[in-house]
Amino acid sequence: MFKLVKRLTSVVAMFAVLFTFTTETMAAKKSKTLKNTQKKGFVRCGVSQGLPGFSNADAAGNWTGVDVDVCRAVAAAVLGDASKVKFTPLSAKERFTALTSNEIDILSRNTTWTLSRDADIGLTFVGVNFYDGQGFMVRKNSGISSVNDFKAGVSACTNLGTTTELNMRDFFNSKGIKYEPVTFEKADEVVAAYDAGRCDTYTTDKSGLAAQRIKLSNPDDHMVLPETISKEPLGPVVRQGDSVWEDIVRWSLNTMIEAEEYGVTSANADMMKTSDNPAVKRLVGAEGELGAALGLDNEWSLRIIKQVGNYGESYKRNIADTGILPDRGPNELWTKGGILYVPPAR
Amino acid sequence: MENRGITFGYGFLSQESSFDVQFSLIEYDGSHSYFRAYLVGLLNTILVSVIGIVFATIIGVIVGIARLSNNYLIERTAAIYVEFFRNIPLLLQIFFWYFAALRALPLPEKAEPMFGVFFLTIKGFFVPAFVWNNLDIFIYSLIAAIIAIVFVRIYAKKKQENQGIQTPVLSISIGLLIILPLLSFLLGGVDASVEIPVIKQLSQTSFTYEGGLKLPPELISLALALSLYTATFIAECVRAGVQGVSKGQKEAAASIGLTPNQVLKLVVMPQALRIIIPPTTNQYLNLTKNSSLAAAIAYPDLVLVFAGTALMQTGRAIEIVSITMLTYLTLSITISIFMNWYNKKIAIKEK
Repeated sequence: MFKLVKRLTSVVAMFAVLFTFTTETMAAKKSKTLKNTQKKGFVRCGVSQGLPGFSNADAAGNWTGVDVDVCRAVAAAVLGDASKVKFTPLSAKERFTALTSNEIDILSRNTTWTLSRDADIGLTFVGVNFYDGQGFMVRKNSGISSVNDFKAGVSACTNLGTTTELNMRDFFNSKGIKYEPVTFEKADEVVAAYDAGRCDTYTTDKSGLAAQRIKLSNPDDHMVLPETISKEPLGPVVRQGDSVWEDIVRWSLNTMIEAEEYGVTSANADMMKTSDNPAVKRLVGAEGELGAALGLDNEWSLRIIKQVGNYGESYKRNIADTGILPDRGPNELWTKGGILYVPPAR
Repeated sequence: MENRGITFGYGFLSQESSFDVQFSLIEYDGSHSYFRAYLVGLLNTILVSVIGIVFATIIGVIVGIARLSNNYLIERTAAIYVEFFRNIPLLLQIFFWYFAALRALPLPEKAEPMFGVFFLTIKGFFVPAFVWNNLDIFIYSLIAAIIAIVFVRIYAKKKQENQGIQTPVLSISIGLLIILPLLSFLLGGVDASVEIPVIKQLSQTSFTYEGGLKLPPELISLALALSLYTATFIAECVRAGVQGVSKGQKEAAASIGLTPNQVLKLVVMPQALRIIIPPTTNQYLNLTKNSSLAAAIAYPDLVLVFAGTALMQTGRAIEIVSITMLTYLTLSITISIFMNWYNKKIAIKEK
């Protein structure tokens, strides 16, 4: 008798486990990446080799930046802990191969969204976390105050394997100027060569110029020209073919932006559960079942906001307060004159 | 690959590359194809390898012989050079020569001209270029001179074998090399003028040179680092080779009345070469492969242009890496086939 009860309970327990497993992980079953991430217990995130404000490691190896925060948000949503991220620094050349060959699960490395990258090489861009454009940095005493002042023979230092190389050619060709491209694999070498006087100008995304300028020996002797020669929407990338994972990353980013829009911050997120606004309640998981559709629990978005903060907090912490780009420019909410506009979470 | 949404094919090679390269031996810009970009990278790799091999061999032989010198100072200096350069990683040496040398070089406007026409600046080494008329005739005259020299040598050898009379082959060869091209100038309508680099202002504080030929600092520092590094190994090969010839050989040669020069040329070197060539072949191969470190300092070699920029712009990792690997394999095999042929040629002919 006692034996039978014991056996029965174990069978019931087994069914219970099986049942909860099946209901909870319908989406997880579809997503291999999600399943693997939960099994490993950390999110594998590809970042830059050091770009202040976007992804940069301090002396203790702690990564910070707006790109880093995207991965932290995903970790908070999926694993419940924003610190459970393994960062892999990648050069521009390595980044896509690392993603397609399954070394990382998110590439959040100031990567420009273009048609050929999105469609051709097994990648999917999930959104934009920074609107950027290519610019030029020159020495202040050169007397160059506009891109129209460049003359034939100008040498331009830049990074290898980026859209920058293509934009630069388009730009100088349209002006009919013969130029000398000097391309390095790592950003630090670009900075060193430009600093030494090898090049007359340093060209890359304007945010990158602002961030790298700090590394020059005399930052005040250099300035970024006002013109922007290209559109560079930067955003996180995932592998093609895992739409659940793609959705999780997309909506983790969107949650941060929407939280700013509704004034939900890391400090007041818990209080917002009792808000009068249904949109806010949905955002903090007090209403609706939005998490289930992603294969997550309903607190996923609340954790993102509490642990990482909203987009505005992330921007202020990483880019504005560090003096890189105090002015948000296009990266301001659409309600405040910027172009940050995300679909509603409902 | 299909699972990951990757397509496979080499069709991209004919597409427009739409990126530029700073230094190219053939005409190239972004409107050319990816295949041409590949050729640009390949030629640049070959260029730096050839320069590296030539200088590494010259330095290596000199240092190797210096290590055998009876002069204490010369022998020690050579030994210190060898130990120092072969024990520091090559990548660090490349960075050193690029960034340290770069900072030490003057800006274009401050460069002191060498012989009035050479300018070594941070933006490159600007040298005068020849502007040729009827260059082809000049080249034909050179080829004719070389063919003539080959015939003279065959004739001289026969004469020595048959009559025992030595012909001054060297002076005749040099004479031919000078006279025939000279004739092409006087009679063939060949004409060369020299274009000297002229300084040009780009903005209030930045300058460059126009006209003439420009060697980018990346090429110079890479070639320098590669040759200084590889020369240490070649020096050791040379030392081993010369020491490998037994002392009795030299004494025997001297005893039949050969001059010291003849001892070296006819007795020691032919035997030493047999020991020197095989390990030196390895060093040539290493140097060629090591040239791929160029990507670190922006020298547009095969790895930087093709396995770097082209790979990034097309995303065709498998295709491009496979082509690059095959190319290096072909280069290495070509070098070793040539060296093996040379090795066989100088080997002992057993009868």
